Amino acid sequence: MSLERPKRQQYVTEEGVDYDAIERLLGEHVLGRETHLNAEGFVIRPDEVQDVLFALRDEAGFDHLSVVTAQEYADRYESIYHLKKYDDPTQEVSVVVPTSKDDPVSQTAEPVYRTADWHEREAYDLVGIEYEGHPDPRRILLPETWQGHPLALDYDQDRPQIVTLAEHQNPIAEDHYDSDTETMFLNIGPHHPATHGVLHLKTVLDGEQVVDVDPDIGYLHRCEEQMAQNGTYRHQIMPYPDRWDYAPGGLMNEWGYARAAEDLADIDVPEYAQVIRTMGAELCRICSHMLALGTFCLDIYGDFTAIFMYAMRDREKVQNLLEDLTGSRMMFNYLRLGGVAWDLPEPREEFFEKTRDFLDDLPEATQEYHDLITSNEIFQIRTVDTGVLDPETAKQYGATGPVARASGIDYDLRRDDPYGYYPELDWDVVTEDGRDNYARLLVRMREVEQSARIIEQCIDLLEDWPEEDREIQSNVPRTLRPDPDTEIYRAVEAAKGELGIYIRADGTDKPARFKIRSPCFSNLHTLPEMSEGEYVADLVASLGSLDIILGEVDR
Amino acid sequence: MSDTPSETITGSTDPMSKTREARMGEVDSRFNSRLREAFGSSPFILTKFDQFMNWVRGSSMFMLQFGIACCSLEMMHTYAVKHDLDRFGSGVPRASPRQADTIIIPGTIVSKFAPRMKRVYDQMAEPKFVVNMGSCAISGGPFQEGYNVIKGAEEVIPVDIHVPGCPPRPEALVYGVVKLQERIAQGESSPVTVKPYELEQFGDLERDELVDKLASQIDTDDLVMRYNWADSP
Repeated sequence: MSLERPKRQQYVTEEGVDYDAIERLLGEHVLGRETHLNAEGFVIRPDEVQDVLFALRDEAGFDHLSVVTAQEYADRYESIYHLKKYDDPTQEVSVVVPTSKDDPVSQTAEPVYRTADWHEREAYDLVGIEYEGHPDPRRILLPETWQGHPLALDYDQDRPQIVTLAEHQNPIAEDHYDSDTETMFLNIGPHHPATHGVLHLKTVLDGEQVVDVDPDIGYLHRCEEQMAQNGTYRHQIMPYPDRWDYAPGGLMNEWGYARAAEDLADIDVPEYAQVIRTMGAELCRICSHMLALGTFCLDIYGDFTAIFMYAMRDREKVQNLLEDLTGSRMMFNYLRLGGVAWDLPEPREEFFEKTRDFLDDLPEATQEYHDLITSNEIFQIRTVDTGVLDPETAKQYGATGPVARASGIDYDLRRDDPYGYYPELDWDVVTEDGRDNYARLLVRMREVEQSARIIEQCIDLLEDWPEEDREIQSNVPRTLRPDPDTEIYRAVEAAKGELGIYIRADGTDKPARFKIRSPCFSNLHTLPEMSEGEYVADLVASLGSLDIILGEVDR
Repeated sequence: MSDTPSETITGSTDPMSKTREARMGEVDSRFNSRLREAFGSSPFILTKFDQFMNWVRGSSMFMLQFGIACCSLEMMHTYAVKHDLDRFGSGVPRASPRQADTIIIPGTIVSKFAPRMKRVYDQMAEPKFVVNMGSCAISGGPFQEGYNVIKGAEEVIPVDIHVPGCPPRPEALVYGVVKLQERIAQGESSPVTVKPYELEQFGDLERDELVDKLASQIDTDDLVMRYNWADSP
């Protein structure tokens, strides 16, 4: 470590990343430079992707591939690799890989970052760029027999499509995996109580051990990116983020869009609105983690009676508070660009009192959960040392959120890439070193306590806020038209991890490209790593501990 | 006092009149229910058998545990504390379609999922009922314009009750389920019509450019669903 540190420091100055040094590092690979609002982008040749990414990862320390954005221009295709550092996510760099219209082939980044596997499959599926050397060049979200690439410019949405229903394969037929061994093929899902929605796991078992698991997603791919590209910045996009992570991570998702769009159009948010946003987002986080906790126990020991119902009871309490604040139980549509839709409900004292009542009851409830769950012997046997995900693997797969923090990766955008009112408040980032299913649950339970701390401080602040300064919305033009060819990638810490939005503006009032970096998508990709070689029951436990929401995985 | 059980419940279940006692003969009081008391000496009800069966069906429904999207969260809340769908005799979700007679469709149906949903519906035993929950299942909802979204579950399976909302509140779903129970008890059901999107064998499809193109990928006896997006509402 002591040898590595100074070397990496070469590429960093006081202000952040030293892009000139990076350009020198990449040397003649660089064809040009683009300025994105979040980072510099280096344009490179499509057959030198791996050289460039290896240099950036190993020499300059960019160990986190957030997302791969693919898009089609009138004259070219383009893949953008958004790189970050787990140690300091404000240090970003983009690698822009243009490919020609008639031969859209680009070198795969999969050997450098494992997470590129799924991201590039998605880029192929939706936009149509092919990746040379990709280990598994299949469609990922749409059915195998789909014709055309829906986010390409010439896609005709009205053309008919044929989708197959593959019959269940015979589980004991010989040729599913390896004819020499006695393996059995098992479909888990897409309709299965333990998959938390419509996920399909193609599993190969040897006895009761998992030999191979291939998550088959896309059963809830409802074109969220297309919907956002069809909407205007000011009002039409905001309802959709609620429906990505419907756990409900609503306000955190809305904030993800709001943060990207506000930075894109250079909109300020009044401090008072930031406090309300912070409080609302943390309420959503509690709600979201309660769902994770309840369904995890449902998966592990089928407890539909006590723990699940208790978790639902606490969710109801939070949802009542959120309903008072926003007017809806789940689909809030409460944030506006430059602020929030309305102030706290009147009478304010009543809202504060209700919220305080909830926070006062929370320690007791948490203790009850600890008695029922974490100190329960059956639970410990099921979760301790199962589904182990070591930190290096987690980074390779781009895992974020509680999944990363339970593997000891100290990465939380609320602290590391500060936004909202978080830097002014007193709270801690929770990490655990257990790396297993147990640690992932523990992180969520401890994060609930931290969220409660944040809410408490926000309530105090809001209560004392002078009445004449309660500004909830800054001045925003009626129609937003960001300058053409401005590009931005911005992320927030949602309940499941890093939720990032890439927007490219083209001078109109709608985004030309709107890309969602879903934390669940990357987190789910770690599942084969965690469960291969383990028992099939532990596979179910690992899946539950990842806390995926299929709406966000498939978008 | 409302919190003390009434005398009629805790008290003796002995018949009230001597005449009735004489008619009924010597019966162990354990078998004397209030129902028997109400019927008197002739423990018969005259009703049509199918009416009786409809009443039974409506009073005890087994729901399929079937979550798709956002609405399934509100569906879980409907089953759980506070709203407790079980109060209305339809609160125990079954994980297998073979054991269920009502399916709630809680979410957006996309092209990849529609054939699976059709298969799950086909696996349920007759008589079976469908409750559409939320705008997506009704019409595609906010995602109707999507390239991949089926414009409502009714394109694929017959639907009895639509519960609008995005998502509907648990109270709304409870109302929808109770309405369905009422309809079942009265013997009303939705007409079964041929749906635009059916599962059929690939070999039975009318041959056109698309079918020719996919002929190398799909066997003729594979089940497929063909989407004609241009004809969708």
